[in-house]
Amino acid sequence: MIRRALALLFALLAPPATASEGIVAGMSQNRVSITANFDGSEILIYGAVKRDAPAPDTPLEVIITVEGPDSPVTIRKKARVAGIWVNTEAVAVDAAPSFYAVATTGPLRSILSETEDLRHRISLPRVIRAVGAATEAGDTANFIEAMQRIRLTEGRYRVLQGAVEFTEQTLFRADIVLPANLTEGEYRVRIFLTREGRVVDAQTRVIGVRKEGLERLLFNLSREAPWAYGLLSLALAAFAGWAASAGFRLLRA
Amino acid sequence: MQLYLPIAEVSVNAFLLLGLGGMVGFLSGMFGVGGGFLITPLLFFIGVPPAVAVATGANQVVASSVSGVLAQLRRKAVDFRMGTVLLVGGMAGSGVGIWVFQWMTRLGQVDLFVQLSYVLFLGLIGSMMLQESLRAWFRAQKGGPVRRSHVHTWVHGLPLKMKFRASGLYISVLPPLAVGALVGFLAAIMGVGGGFVMVPAMIYLLGMPTKVVVGTSLFQIIFVTAFTTFMHAVTSQTVDILLALLLILGGVIGAQIGTSVGVRLKAEQLRILLALLVLAVSVKIALDLLLRPSELYSVMPGVLP
Repeated sequence: MIRRALALLFALLAPPATASEGIVAGMSQNRVSITANFDGSEILIYGAVKRDAPAPDTPLEVIITVEGPDSPVTIRKKARVAGIWVNTEAVAVDAAPSFYAVATTGPLRSILSETEDLRHRISLPRVIRAVGAATEAGDTANFIEAMQRIRLTEGRYRVLQGAVEFTEQTLFRADIVLPANLTEGEYRVRIFLTREGRVVDAQTRVIGVRKEGLERLLFNLSREAPWAYGLLSLALAAFAGWAASAGFRLLRA
Repeated sequence: MQLYLPIAEVSVNAFLLLGLGGMVGFLSGMFGVGGGFLITPLLFFIGVPPAVAVATGANQVVASSVSGVLAQLRRKAVDFRMGTVLLVGGMAGSGVGIWVFQWMTRLGQVDLFVQLSYVLFLGLIGSMMLQESLRAWFRAQKGGPVRRSHVHTWVHGLPLKMKFRASGLYISVLPPLAVGALVGFLAAIMGVGGGFVMVPAMIYLLGMPTKVVVGTSLFQIIFVTAFTTFMHAVTSQTVDILLALLLILGGVIGAQIGTSVGVRLKAEQLRILLALLVLAVSVKIALDLLLRPSELYSVMPGVLP
């Protein structure tokens, strides 16, 4: 405890010599409520670069990532067995982000070096490869790649190169659209400043995504009191059926 | 208007769901089947996870069956005794079906299993019905003799006989039990009430008069699908009440329009149309199984056992 407090104190007193440029950032919102009419949400992430000294000549770049809560995932592959297409092989991934977006000021490959990508796990292949995979199949790599491809087309994973506006090497902003099919949990927002492929500064923020109102109520009920929930669904169906029959008779009479 | 479904965790257009429910309700009001065999694949198609589609489809069938039975009850066209026997079989079948469903989910073959059952049963029932109804139609055109209502088969030689007054039958309880069990099994696995299996089986296998078949079938379907819905809600928590509500609302309105259209058509014409519809669904699913899918891989949340 004391050691940690001391470390914190030192960190505060002595700003690292290398980080002459720092991030001052804000977000349009730090929580997203999934209500019944939830139709996706747009989050504005903005900020400025704080400098102690004049900026070097080489350009500064900004990378912003938004990462949804991890969940275990099973990837299956179909193959033809006896004339029909059946799931045969499977790869289980312990934890893959349910949502991942990378927005940058330029092409990722040129503004971020391999080693920094490995360390901070920024690009899509790094994020997914970082998670462990237990396998029943030979070629895990193909399965991971397939998941990446599928989730990119679903819009769950997004690569938005050039989507960060960066004015005068100082002010940056990016709009990140969260899709309508969101999973609940904490969404981690990371902002990186890079120069010549090296990460100069990084910051992490959190957006809380939660079901609210009716959605919350129904979801909780289905999990905490499944018996009551089941009976409620049946009561609803029975009532609707009765009401239809009664209403129809009234209409005819 | 987009609506976020709390259990399915997808956002769908509310009017699309109302429309889907209405379309299926229309067909169900016209033909006297629950309509689950249509709603479940349609829900898959708009992106609702299969497990949620199956469980919620069953919930929707409860509503349409309650509505249908109340209408039949006014015509005194429900054989409660036969319904109860079918129900006992149905409960057993449903219990086994839910168990098989969970087992297949663990194996990752649940989609295949559901699809194969669809192709098999829809194809079988559809072609049998088409053949029968076409023959009936041609006979009606020629104005030939009416088919005998009661045929003695091996079914009548079985033990444990029981009197079913409303149906005018004195037969063994074993065939109704077996039919009930089969339908209950299908209801649990495919999220269907089984009306399209039950109705022909009651007419052709049990020899029940057509007048009481629809009401009795619906009567027992209520309980089988209610049980299925409840079991899914408790064991796998996949019933989406909001999704069900929209489907039911649409279905109720559609069913009323369907019924009024249905009374204007001849019985054989109705059966031909239903048979064609059933066959079309089955061919569509069969093609999905036989043709090479555009994406070989699939991603499902959850872990391997």
